[in-house]
Formats: sequence, C-alpha cells, structure tokens
Amino acid sequence: MVYNYIFIGLLLLVATAFAAGPLVLVALLAPKRKSKNKSEFYECGVITVGDSWVRFRIQYYLYAILFVLFDIETVFLYPWAVSYGGLGFFALIEMVIFIVMLLIGLAYAWARGALRWQ
Amino acid sequence: MAHFEMLTGTDLTPILAQRMYYEQVDLVLWFRWGLYLFAGFFGVFPLIVAYVVLAERKIAARFQDRIGPNRVGPFGLLQPFADFIKLIIKESIVPKGANSFVHILAPILTLISAFLVLAVIPFGIGLAPVDLPSGLLYMVSVSSIAALSIFLAGWSSRNKYSLLGAMRGVAQLVSYEIPQVMSVLPVILWSGSLSLVSIVQTQQYDQGWFLFSPPGILGFFLLLISSIAEVNRAPFDLPEAESEIIAGFHTEYSGMRFGLFFLGEYLNVFAICCLSTTLFLGGGSLPLQGYFAGESHHMLAAPFDASRQSTIKLNAHHEFPENPSTGFKIHITNSAGDKEAFQVSHRVGNELVLMANRPVEFKADTNSRVSAAARPSYAAPWHLSNLLMIPVFFAKVFFLIFVMFWIRATLPRVRVDRLMSFAWKTMVPLAIANIFVATIWFEIVIRPAGGFTSRVIAWIVTGILTAGVVAIVFRINRNSYKANDPERRPTLISRSGDSLLAATTQGL
Repeated sequence: MVYNYIFIGLLLLVATAFAAGPLVLVALLAPKRKSKNKSEFYECGVITVGDSWVRFRIQYYLYAILFVLFDIETVFLYPWAVSYGGLGFFALIEMVIFIVMLLIGLAYAWARGALRWQ
Repeated sequence: MAHFEMLTGTDLTPILAQRMYYEQVDLVLWFRWGLYLFAGFFGVFPLIVAYVVLAERKIAARFQDRIGPNRVGPFGLLQPFADFIKLIIKESIVPKGANSFVHILAPILTLISAFLVLAVIPFGIGLAPVDLPSGLLYMVSVSSIAALSIFLAGWSSRNKYSLLGAMRGVAQLVSYEIPQVMSVLPVILWSGSLSLVSIVQTQQYDQGWFLFSPPGILGFFLLLISSIAEVNRAPFDLPEAESEIIAGFHTEYSGMRFGLFFLGEYLNVFAICCLSTTLFLGGGSLPLQGYFAGESHHMLAAPFDASRQSTIKLNAHHEFPENPSTGFKIHITNSAGDKEAFQVSHRVGNELVLMANRPVEFKADTNSRVSAAARPSYAAPWHLSNLLMIPVFFAKVFFLIFVMFWIRATLPRVRVDRLMSFAWKTMVPLAIANIFVATIWFEIVIRPAGGFTSRVIAWIVTGILTAGVVAIVFRINRNSYKANDPERRPTLISRSGDSLLAATTQGL
C-alpha cells in the first residue's frame, strides 16, 4: 500500500530533524575557540606522516564483490521464500541448483585464498 | 486486470475495490502518524535508549565489580540528562583538511538508519507504525545505510586510524550482512510473507514461536551473532577497537557529534533486539501460544468453486477480522476429503474475500468444513489480552539487550582475520544450509498443517540435519585453521599492529 511510504518519508524528515536539533543547539551553546594544535589529527600524539586519503588494499574489493554476489542471491531468495508455499517441490529443486552454483563460487574463492585476511 | 484473471481464474474486482478503499489517508491516520512521529520517535524511543545506555553502564559495572554511575539523581537515574547537557556544551572539533560536510553528515545518517528500521516493528496489535507488505526487505535495505555512515565518518576525518577503522567496519558490515539477511529466510518461508505484522500473527495464531524448531534455533543464533557484528559491539567491535586504532572511525568526533554516533549505536541495538523478537520470539505472544493453537470450524453457506469465485460464504463469521491485513489463512475440507488452504483478504458481511495468488482447482459443497486457527484477540486492539502483548514484547527485547551486555562483558575482542573468516566460512554456509533444513520443516509441519505427531517427526528429522550441518561446517573450519594459521594457537588478541605499520608505509 503506497500511502505507507508517506509515513516513511515523514519519518525521514523527523529523523533528520532529531539528529540536526542537538547539532543546532551545539552551534548556539558550545564554545568555539580555534587553535592550531586543536585542529590537528589525533594519531596518539605522533606527528602525522603523509596523507590519509590513499588507495586501499585490493582485499577489501574482494569482500565487496562477494558481498554484491550474495546480496543479489538474497534478492532472489526472498521472493522465492514468500511464494514457496504455492510453488512446491519443483521450486525447491531450482533453488538448490541456483544456490549450489553460488556455493561453487564461494568454494573457489575460499580455495584460492580470497577469504583469507592478510 | 485481464492478466490477473487469466492467471488465477478468479474475479479480482472486489479485492481491487477494497484495496482502493484502503488507499485513503484519512484524518485518523494522520493523527496516528503524528502520535508515532512525535511521541514515539521524538519521545519514547530516545528515552528508552537513554536508559539502555545507563543500564549498560550499571550492568557492565556490576560485571566488573564496580558500582557504576550513582551520583546524579537517585541511583544515578538522571545521568542520561547530565550526559546530554555535557555533550551539548562541548565544542565540536573538525580537524583541518577534513571534509566538514561529510563529517557532519555521517552521524546524522547513523541516526536516520536506526529510526527507519524502527518504523516497521510491530510492538503490539495495531501498534506497528506502518505495516509494509515488504517490511523485511525494507528493513534490510535501510539498515545497510549504517555501513555508509561508518565509511563516510572514517573517510571524512582524514585520519589514518579513522580510515582504517572505517575500512574494517565496512568489510565487517558487508560480510555479516549476508548471514544476517539469510538467517531470516526460514521465517519468510514459514510465514509466507515479508510483512512483520503478518510474521508475528503467523507465530501467535498458527505456528508458535519460530524459535521452537531446530532450523529456527540455528537461524535465531545466526541472526543474533550477525546482528551483534552489524551494530559493532563487542566481541565484534573492531571498527572502534580502542587498543589498536584509538577509537576507529569516530576518532575525530567530539561532543554532540560523537554523542549522535553513540545514540545511533544504541538505537540500533534496540532495533536489532526488536527485530529478533519479532522474527523468532513471536513478538508479543506468550511461549507455546500458537504452537498447539485450537482451530475454529465453520460450515459453508453456499457451494464454492475456487476456479470461478474469490468470495466464500460462511455461516459463522464473527471470529474473522474485517481487515485481517495479511497472513490470515483458512483451510477448506470438502466432502471428498480434499483439503485446500486459502489466503483471506478481508471480510464483507459474512463473506470472506480470498486472495488468489495462484490457480486453484477446488470445489466444495455445503457439507464442507472451513477451519481456521482460532484468533480470540480480534475483539479490539485495546482488549486486555492484546494490551498484555506490549509488556511481553518489551520484556523479551530487554532480555535480548541484557544478553548483548552480557556477551560484551564476557568475551574478548575477536582477531580481525578470525572475524572475517567466521563470517564467510562459518556463518554463510550455515545460513544457506539452514534454508534447506527449513524447507524440510515446512514440508513436514506447515504445508500439511500437521499436528503434534508431525511436529515430533519434524523435530527428529531436522534436529539431526541441523546438528549434522553444524558439525560438518565446524569440522571443515577447524582443519582450515590448522592449515592456515602459522602460529597455531587459539589466541584472540589482535595482531593488527603489523597491518598498521604496513598502512603507514605502503598505504592501507
């Protein structure tokens, strides 16, 4: 029912207001005294070496790719689970084939060490 | 329209007409929404969360043989307000060179994510802020905003520790999201719906708590563990591991901005516990309430042909709700002994309008029996048995929150490589296997609408299967740890010191 999403939209506004309200109070009440040392990065008191905005290790992308793969699988699984009662045995076989194909992928990634954190 | 008729062989006009009727947003609904928005989301939930924080401090103190906060007000009960005032009058420091817009956006996003999740939780009968037909899918999608906010916070701070915490956080959150969303699949399968209201109703009136079955137990624990990881709490609090990376992604946050992260985290804890209660612990229903639920029987007033009709005439009808939302099923047994289940859309007079989502060939004469799970509590939302559901629901939620505190006080932090391999090598295979064990439970218990004996058979069959699956998955992992771990010692202490060294010399 579409009208329910009106509530979600209103809630989005309320949540933003709820989060922004205290920040507005802070802007009005809290002290603002700038100093050079205060706006340094806090890295345990050690002077920062180099920039932080660097390239990331490839390992993270492997996890991200696996995540996308399995998330899409879930998108297929949810409607399957909802309508399974009306579909019966054949739907189960189809889903087994689909999941086994993905599991082969997971096993391959596992065997090649993509899941090993380095 | 014609397409639907071809598909189902039934006339869907009354259903669509009814749908159009419900599409109106009237004054009463606006008033209810306003009440939810301003009393619920501005008042009750933040208040609950403020006292959950206090409870955590008190309970953690008891676990560590301390007293905990007891200075502000009686028993320290005014502590949350003192904390709020302190956070308000503290300066918000943004480090130079940081992206200040994203820096302020990140904590706001955390709160938005937590609030949006709470929108679909049914706290009692008629007490769900909204009942989305695809509630669970909505929930999965809005709760993954949290990963975004963690990354934005870490990246915008322009601090190596923040960035490291954020990268870890995102890797952890996306890894544990897979077992989290897969562990709820048995619930969807058994209730045949994504609406959380309908999931609670199925448990309360038809099935009993979904926890009371071997795949349900496994699913519940998978959901609980991955949820703890999703909200970054100990033992999975690596994104903010203070012994390694200062405070992780919120190292550069101070004052109220940090406070918002804190509030968001605890709101998420509350939301996650509400979700687990709704999905596996039957919402506000008592244990075993629907497990051995009685059935009410009715007689058909006129012959019924499922391939031609979508409405069914009954003799006794007062038990059926006027707008049963979703998840309300009846079974018709004709004189030949054939049994068929139908989804009820709504009631008009003493006619039930059925929802046809598949072609059905089924005829019933007036000697047929119509049976439905007895639903005593359709009297009114404010009926005593329905009002009792609210304290029962919150008792379960607070128990789960206490379990989370308990786990935090007991277990040491997991090592980062162990954390990731636990998600992918243990949780994901278990969650996938659990789906199939859940289908077996469905075939034995739910599809034939079986009674006590079929439940006993199903307990034995799926119990053996679940135990076998758990044993196999853990065995494979034990061998793979032995093969991969050069140190071969069961330590939980993080070794990320060297990865930090690598980060400063060659990038993250």
